[in-house]
Amino acid sequence: MEFQLLSEIADYCRSTGKDMAQAMVDYEMKHRGVTREQVYNNLKRILLVMEESVEQGLTQQVISPSGMLDNWAKKIHDANVNTLGASLKKAVARAVAVGEVNACMGKIAAAPTAGSAGIMPAVLVTMMDEHNVPRQRLPDALLVASAVGLIFAKNSSFAGSEAGCMGETGSAAAMGAASIVYLLGGTTEQILESVGFALKASMGLVCDPVAGLVEEPCTTRNAVGVANAFVSAQMALAGLRSLIPADEVIQATREVGELMSPRLKESGQGGLANTKTGREIQKRVFRTEPQK
Amino acid sequence: MPDYPSLFDILGPIMIGPSSSHTAGASRIGSIARQLLGDTPVRAVITLYNSFAKTHKGHGTDKAIVGGILGFGPDDERIRDAFDHAKRSGLAWDFAFVGDLSRFHSNTARVGLTGKDGGTIEVVGASLGGGRIKIQEIEGFPVDFQAQLHTLVVIAEDIPGSIKQISGVIAEEGVNIASMYVSRTEKKANMVIELDQPITASSMERIRTLTWVQFVRLVNPIVEGTSRYEK
Ligand code: SF4
Repeated sequence: MEFQLLSEIADYCRSTGKDMAQAMVDYEMKHRGVTREQVYNNLKRILLVMEESVEQGLTQQVISPSGMLDNWAKKIHDANVNTLGASLKKAVARAVAVGEVNACMGKIAAAPTAGSAGIMPAVLVTMMDEHNVPRQRLPDALLVASAVGLIFAKNSSFAGSEAGCMGETGSAAAMGAASIVYLLGGTTEQILESVGFALKASMGLVCDPVAGLVEEPCTTRNAVGVANAFVSAQMALAGLRSLIPADEVIQATREVGELMSPRLKESGQGGLANTKTGREIQKRVFRTEPQK
Repeated sequence: MPDYPSLFDILGPIMIGPSSSHTAGASRIGSIARQLLGDTPVRAVITLYNSFAKTHKGHGTDKAIVGGILGFGPDDERIRDAFDHAKRSGLAWDFAFVGDLSRFHSNTARVGLTGKDGGTIEVVGASLGGGRIKIQEIEGFPVDFQAQLHTLVVIAEDIPGSIKQISGVIAEEGVNIASMYVSRTEKKANMVIELDQPITASSMERIRTLTWVQFVRLVNPIVEGTSRYEK
C-alpha cells in the first residue's frame, strides 16, 4: 500500500472491492498502527471544527485586524441580486465565512492549508444542507478528499512558496470535487476525472497575498475554489473525461510550480502584492505599532 | 513530507488562524518556553526576528506567543485575547523586533521568561511551516529538536560518564531513547534526549538531584493542533 499515484489507489479499490474512503482507512491503519475508530474520531473532530467555523463566519461579526475583510460572507449569503443558484451561492458564502474566521484569529481546520481552509467545509456543509447528504457520510467524504491531498502532497506541494496558489486553493478544490463526486455516488474513475478538471482550472495560479496576510486574494480564491469543486464534480458526474489523467495533471502542477518565478510564490514581490494599491495597504498595515 | 504521511498531515491541524507558521507555530514556541521555565511565568521578553518581526501584527504572532506562554494550545480560542488574559494572570510582557538577521530562520522568536519563584530561561525557536517548530537555542546552548516527542533537556557540568548515568536512569524505566544530541561549552554540557514515552517524576527527581546536574526539564509534545491521535 504505497499509494504514490491516484491510479494506484483506484487499482487497490478495484482489486479489494473497497471504495476510496475505505482504502484510505486501510492506509492510515497500516502506516500509523491505529484503529479504525481512532481514524474516525479524528475525522469527526475536524468536521466539528469545520462546521463551527462556517457557522461563526455567517453569524458573528468578522472584521479582520487589517480591515481588509468585513463580513463578506454575510453579504454574499444575503445578496438580493443573484447569479448563482441557491446551493452554490451558499457554498460560496460558506467558503468566505471560514476565510474570514481564519483571518480574525478564529478556530479552523486546515484542509490542506489554513489559506485554503474554506473550501472543504463549504463543500461538506453544502452537500449536507443543500443535497440532503446525511452527516454520517461526511467522514468518508473527508477520507476521499485526503486521498487526493495525499497524492498531491507526494507529487507536488501544498506550499504557496513552491506551487503557488494552485498548491493551496487548487489542491483544496480538487479535494472538494472528489468528495462531491463520492457523495453523489460517482465511481472511483469519476472521482479521478473531477480531480483532473479542478487542477487544470487552477494551473499556474500564483501566490501573491497583499501585505503577506491570508486575506486578499485568499478569501475570494476560496470562493472561486469551491465553485471550481462543484463545476468539476458536475462535469465528471456527467461522464466527461479529463483528457489528461489526474496523476499527469498533478505532475504538471509540480512542473509549473518549478517554472513559476519565485516572485510569484508567496514572496510579496509580484502579482497583487506588488500592485500600487497592494503596496499602499501593506504600508498602512505595517505602520501600526505592536499592540500592548 | 514523510514517506507515508498521515491523513492528518493533509487534514488539519485544527488551529487558531490565520497562519500555521506565524500563528500556530508561534504559540508552540511560547508553550515550549513555558515548559522549559517549569514555573508560572510573570515576565516575558520576546524578540521577533525576520518575517516574524515584519508581519507579526497581521498574523497575530505576538498574541500567539503570549498565549503559548500562558499555556494555551495552538487551537485555543483564548489566543485571540491573549493580552487581556496575560494582564489578568499577572504576566508582564515586552516585544522587540529585529527585521533582518540572516543567521536565523525567517520565522524566529527569542523568548526570555522569569517565573514567580525567580527562575529564568531563554529559548530561541523557529517556526518551520504547517505548525511545526524547531527549538534552536536554550540558555545559549545550540540545540535542535521539534518537540514532537517527549524531550528531556539537561544542562550539567561536563564530567566523564554524565551521559551514561542519565541514559541509565532512562533505560531503567524501559523507555526508549529516540535520539540524543549533546553540545558543549567550556565545562558545561547540554543534552537533549528525545524519548518515545515520558519518564516518571521520580526518575526526573533522580536526575535533578545528581550533584553535577544544573537544570533538567521534560518537555511534552503539544498534541493540540497536530496530526497526532488523541491518546
Ligand atoms: S494566495 Fe497564497 S497565501 Fe493566499 S491562499 Fe493562495 S497560496 Fe495561500
